[in-house]
Amino acid sequence: MTEATPTNVARRPFLGRIGEVPHVGLVAALVLLAIVGLATRPENFATSSNLVSILALASTIGVITVGMTFVIIGGGIDLSVGAVMALSSVWATTLATQSYGPAVMILCAVLVGTGAGLVNGFLIAYGRMVPFIATLAMLVAARGLAQRMSGQRTQLVQQANTAIVELSTTRVLGLPLLVYVFALVVALGWILLNRTTFGRRTYAVGGNPEAARLAGIDVRRHTMLLYGLSGLCCGIAAVLIMARTTTGSSTHGDLYELDAIAAVIIGGTLLSGGRGTIIGSILGLLIFTVITNLFILNGLNTSDQLIAKGLIIVVAVLMQRRGALTGT
Amino acid sequence: MPASPPDTAPLLTMRGIVKRFPGVRALDGVDLEVRAGEVHCLLGQNGAGKSTLIKILSGAHQPDEGEVLLGGESVRLATPTAAMRQGIATIYQELDLVDGLSVAENILLGHERASFGFTRRGESNRIAADLLRRLGHGEIPPGTEVGRLPPAAKQIVSMARALSHDARLIVMDEPSAALSHDEVANLFRIIREITAQGVAVVYISHRLEEIREIGDRVTVLKDGRTVAVGLPATTPTGRIVSLMTGRDVEYVFPPRPAPSGERPEVLRVEGLTVPGVFSDVSFSVRAGEIVGLAGLVGSGRSEILEAVYGARRASGRVLLDGRAVPPGRTAASVRLGMGLAPEERKAQALLLDQSVTRNITLAGLGRYARAGWVDRRREAAEAARLAEALDIRPPDPRRPVKTLSGGNQQKAVLARWLVEPRRLLLLDEPTRGVDVGARAELYAVIRRLADEGVAVLLVSSEVPEVLGLADRVLVVREGRIVHEAPAVELDEHRVLDLVMVSTNEESRVD
Repeated sequence: MTEATPTNVARRPFLGRIGEVPHVGLVAALVLLAIVGLATRPENFATSSNLVSILALASTIGVITVGMTFVIIGGGIDLSVGAVMALSSVWATTLATQSYGPAVMILCAVLVGTGAGLVNGFLIAYGRMVPFIATLAMLVAARGLAQRMSGQRTQLVQQANTAIVELSTTRVLGLPLLVYVFALVVALGWILLNRTTFGRRTYAVGGNPEAARLAGIDVRRHTMLLYGLSGLCCGIAAVLIMARTTTGSSTHGDLYELDAIAAVIIGGTLLSGGRGTIIGSILGLLIFTVITNLFILNGLNTSDQLIAKGLIIVVAVLMQRRGALTGT
Repeated sequence: MPASPPDTAPLLTMRGIVKRFPGVRALDGVDLEVRAGEVHCLLGQNGAGKSTLIKILSGAHQPDEGEVLLGGESVRLATPTAAMRQGIATIYQELDLVDGLSVAENILLGHERASFGFTRRGESNRIAADLLRRLGHGEIPPGTEVGRLPPAAKQIVSMARALSHDARLIVMDEPSAALSHDEVANLFRIIREITAQGVAVVYISHRLEEIREIGDRVTVLKDGRTVAVGLPATTPTGRIVSLMTGRDVEYVFPPRPAPSGERPEVLRVEGLTVPGVFSDVSFSVRAGEIVGLAGLVGSGRSEILEAVYGARRASGRVLLDGRAVPPGRTAASVRLGMGLAPEERKAQALLLDQSVTRNITLAGLGRYARAGWVDRRREAAEAARLAEALDIRPPDPRRPVKTLSGGNQQKAVLARWLVEPRRLLLLDEPTRGVDVGARAELYAVIRRLADEGVAVLLVSSEVPEVLGLADRVLVVREGRIVHEAPAVELDEHRVLDLVMVSTNEESRVD
């Protein structure tokens, strides 16, 4: 059961979109990596505990990647995701918040994330700031605020609130609950992007903002909502990381923004907006996570891992450009 | 008067130039002959092929047929750089200067004076200062950032850049459009100075009186063909206008219904003003009526349309069915029942990568959605029905809209506003880049919509189109409505006169 899961995540939507060449390439890359894993570490790679740890690792950034996909298809970028997640986790684990119990902690994380995202969105849509700059400012400020609130100390989730930690420890069909949270976010994100007016407008706003505006779409409001959505995903990711690490910390999610953006790009989403898919992003993320896993299993050092990831970004984008050229 | 004796070999000769774009023959055998030291004016209505011809001269486009001779030798202007090297410099209407660089850096852009990659500032500034002095504008400091200069000074910098390439031929595309009266006088002084040094100037302008003042000879283009080569600039206006208007292409317009005063007023515009663009514009459009705005590019007609639509903030009042339209909010205008087919189809209307269906349903998607959930089957069925009703070809609405021809893309834009019934349609250049056959179809669609009770406000650079399609015509010049009449009482000649005559020759008497 557990063995089938990674390919399931990749396959189901892939079958629904046959003919999407980038996805074929991504699935092939993932299969290739699995073969490498099986060849180099036959005794470790395909074990259920390893596959579970890959998925658990992918879940946190995965949720963020869903939000990032929306923002990038909508023609923007969100550099603040890692910092906003850290801030959410810190805010949710302060003694004051913890005194209200796990439900309020979750609500707090989600609200803080969404709020920070809406601030980003407001600055970009109504303050006419460049997304790169507005979210860079948020990255720095949110980390600073998180450090200040926590006194730069890691905040433990208290005994009374271990219900949150159960997201990571409780398993259903062999998988921890947080993987289901991730799957749910992906499914809802896919529906929102592909089946609703909101998703359709996201493509329009990113593809041709002027055409969207002249067609009567409130481009500014939509832009603000996109960043709010990204923030919401950061809040959910904060809950997952609290569950996994049993802590809230200002150092959580360092450089997550880079992994999320890379996953979206590898997945075939145009950085200039208007084109892209959730499934592609998730496949991109799984490729990244599996690489990390392979390097750890083989005892290789993290520097080489970073080099490999950098190369993969370049190769993926070059291949997509090629596909785009032959496609037209 | 010709500046040089007629027997001098021409500096530039273009012969039988043909340029085809998908679906259109932009140039269909153009001849041009320019002598050294003359100011040669290029005249023609919008769409006559002037800009395509310039682009061929500047190396931006390649002709499909025909030859270009420079100083008697056949040349190939494969790239803008190649044209520059041949001594042809082009100054476009939107000056292509880099605002963040200094005057000197702009003038020498692309051929900087440098050693080992380091720019030689002193030398650059000296060269720039020399060129500016040669143009009689030694007061422009070469070190100033170009973004801080007024438009007239930017024009001088562009010209200095052209001279820095030792240009033999300078093409100026509507150089006076952004200039005040005094600045135009100065521009003419400079043009006279550089032509006295043997440089030829190809001058493009819509203002006939300017051409009489600065021009030596005139070439007239019409529908991609040369209709007169090297006329003296003193040719009477009437003759030039009839050369520009006499048409080979027959437009097929649908018949107009008999006017009826009973129809309710749909749009009322009162004192609409955008400072510096247009002022105190008032008019109304009735249900079922097509009102045309005729005017030159830059006269403010497109801006008026955008302001009515709420895409541009303006003072004054816009009422739709008696209800005030909030300014600057297109979403509200669409909700109230307006629709706009903007001037630049690709940049302003279409999602090029997306399917015809998705382009059609962009504005009215809510109609197929419940609680945000799109019923894609109904959406596809409706889009297919509309595509069929407008005969969008190829008849497969799943195709990306970018694979369609201009006319069919325009139909997709129109179809967008048929998803939900509109009270008022604003059409800006609805047939730009559309071939003759598709034009007739578009005209029929527009008339049919009007017959169904939609009020239509139409902007077109092509006077015959306004006259043939509209019931009533408003003539716009320099941001004001200067004339209003039923279309049947106007002819092309009269409208062109109204549109082109400068303010001091005002004829608002009728």
